[in-house]
Amino acid sequence: MSQRTVKIESKVGLHARPAALFVQTAAKADGDVTVAKPGGKPVNAKSILAVLGLDARHGEEVVISADGEGAEELLDALEAVLKQPEPESA
Amino acid sequence: MPEAAAPAGGTLRGAGVSPGVGAGPVRVVAAAVPEPPAGARHGGDAEAERAAALAALEAVAADLEARAARAEEVGNAEGRDVLNAQALMARDPGLADGVAAKIGEGTAAARAVYEAFGAYRDMLAGAGEYLAARVADLDDIRDRAVARLLGVPVPGVPESDEPFVLVARDLAPADTAVLDPAKVVAFVTLEGGPTSHTAILARTMGVPAVVACPGCTDLPEGTRVLVDGAAGTVRVDPSDDEVRAAQDAAAARASIIASAAGPGGTKDGHPVPLLANIGGPQDVEAAVANGAEGVGLYRTEFLFLDRATPPSAAEQEEAYRKVLEAFPKGKVVVRTLDAGADKPLAFLPPPGDEPNPALGERGLRMLRRHPEVLEAQLGALSRAAEGLTARLEVMAPMVTDAEEAAFFARACRDAGIAHPGVMIEVPAAALRARDLAAEVEFFSLGTNDLTQYACAADRQIGGLAHLQDPWRPAVLDLVALAAGAAAEAGRSCGVCGEAGGDPALACVLVGLGATSLSMSAPSLPLVRAALARHTFDQCREAAQAALGARTAQAAREAARALLPGLAELGL
Repeated sequence: MSQRTVKIESKVGLHARPAALFVQTAAKADGDVTVAKPGGKPVNAKSILAVLGLDARHGEEVVISADGEGAEELLDALEAVLKQPEPESA
Repeated sequence: MPEAAAPAGGTLRGAGVSPGVGAGPVRVVAAAVPEPPAGARHGGDAEAERAAALAALEAVAADLEARAARAEEVGNAEGRDVLNAQALMARDPGLADGVAAKIGEGTAAARAVYEAFGAYRDMLAGAGEYLAARVADLDDIRDRAVARLLGVPVPGVPESDEPFVLVARDLAPADTAVLDPAKVVAFVTLEGGPTSHTAILARTMGVPAVVACPGCTDLPEGTRVLVDGAAGTVRVDPSDDEVRAAQDAAAARASIIASAAGPGGTKDGHPVPLLANIGGPQDVEAAVANGAEGVGLYRTEFLFLDRATPPSAAEQEEAYRKVLEAFPKGKVVVRTLDAGADKPLAFLPPPGDEPNPALGERGLRMLRRHPEVLEAQLGALSRAAEGLTARLEVMAPMVTDAEEAAFFARACRDAGIAHPGVMIEVPAAALRARDLAAEVEFFSLGTNDLTQYACAADRQIGGLAHLQDPWRPAVLDLVALAAGAAAEAGRSCGVCGEAGGDPALACVLVGLGATSLSMSAPSLPLVRAALARHTFDQCREAAQAALGARTAQAAREAARALLPGLAELGL
């Protein structure tokens, strides 16, 4: 299993548009993907409700984990979402 | 008075709050979805029940995505994001697991969906103020899915291929976010007053509206009605001749209005700048198209709503600059953030439960507790105006006395803003306007709140519409006091409440001493035409007659009798 700790740079935290992007990115993976606050219980990163329920805010750290093939690439993509200060405008 | 659906050919009456005539079939916004009874069990085929529940959730998700696409088409990016996030929630794998587990225990699909949402609802509601708004989104998805499973109408604005008359108990901002203006020919609501969300939206869209209309929600779906938003009538099953006559009359009035152009003023040349009330740069086009000479009320709270953190300095500056650039020769009056328990913001939580939010910590009271928000906003305004020719005036909402006015004037000057002012909407401020006039450069009368506070009648309660009437002589007295004190001190005193958009009352307000009028953009042409048909003396005489009346109705009649030009406009 691959794992890394990422600081949230998104100004609105893991909420609103960044949360939606995060979940949509995780949902593309075949295997399990989780997100947790350091030391906290991991939740399903494909569940928008569970991710919002973390209430992870700007400046906080989260631990993201994925397994299976392409786990590192997936974590790269998730990290990129968390590192964006402003939500990407479509 | 008994409330009954009018028979064919009958007429329902309410308060006309947005002029114009519209005819079409009735589409009713469905009532709230009932809670499926606790303990409801399914027949035993858990597999079929699960499939039904998941199909309902998927149908809701697909519908939300389709709405998101439509929101995008009309340029509503914020609405699109909210709707797409809702679609993600409807497809949430954890939620689906919860529903399946409950159905496995024998619970009926609708109840299982209801309970599965309940678990997340509690979690989000307990997770802090950031998530409060998401609870409402979640309830909306739940109600849509439960409605499908119970076979009852899905709540919210109905779908229709042909233009229709939208009928509802009342409309919330969420109901109208995806409304296609080309499809709605009129609004009719059971509740609401002249300053309700429905009324303001209708005037902004230029669509006729009748509110506080008993019996309207009993009209069967598809009934043809003719709505007259000036007279406040809803004619049931009108003949083609009636519809044609009403449309001809409305068109005749429209052509008179179109012929009135140029700066606002009375027949004898007393200037009365006519300004627009706006919520942001998106409203500037309609303001300019209707001949606004500037902005009399820029409601900045729309920049702050529905977000977890305040807008950045750069974002604020850009929104303010866009509006200032649109009026190089005019003035732009910006109202600082008007938030509080009645308009809560995620990042400015109220200090505690307020049983009476309209009387609570809102407007300037709130800003004094969060000086960093006020400072950031005033700084952004000051920078936005740099190098531009528009005259920037900035005013504070909910100011009660001279000390508060002085505080705000100081804060403006510290930020480099030359023209500070205050809203006069608290009766105490109107009564002691002389004291306040010494502290600031201008007043702007917020007649909606001034009326609500003077008559102690909540704006949101339709049953109190008779008390929310700005024609009440007590309200006119307060206007006269504030305008008189401003004139004595050499200050200007505008009106930015909805009262200024009523052509007859506009003439009276000018007669009472209002120096400018600001209103929803579509109201501007009719007010311009009404002022241009009367002299300043006629306005003053009408104002005196209204002040001499004992009731709102008597004030209205006394003023109208002295304003003969209104009849020429079909008013």
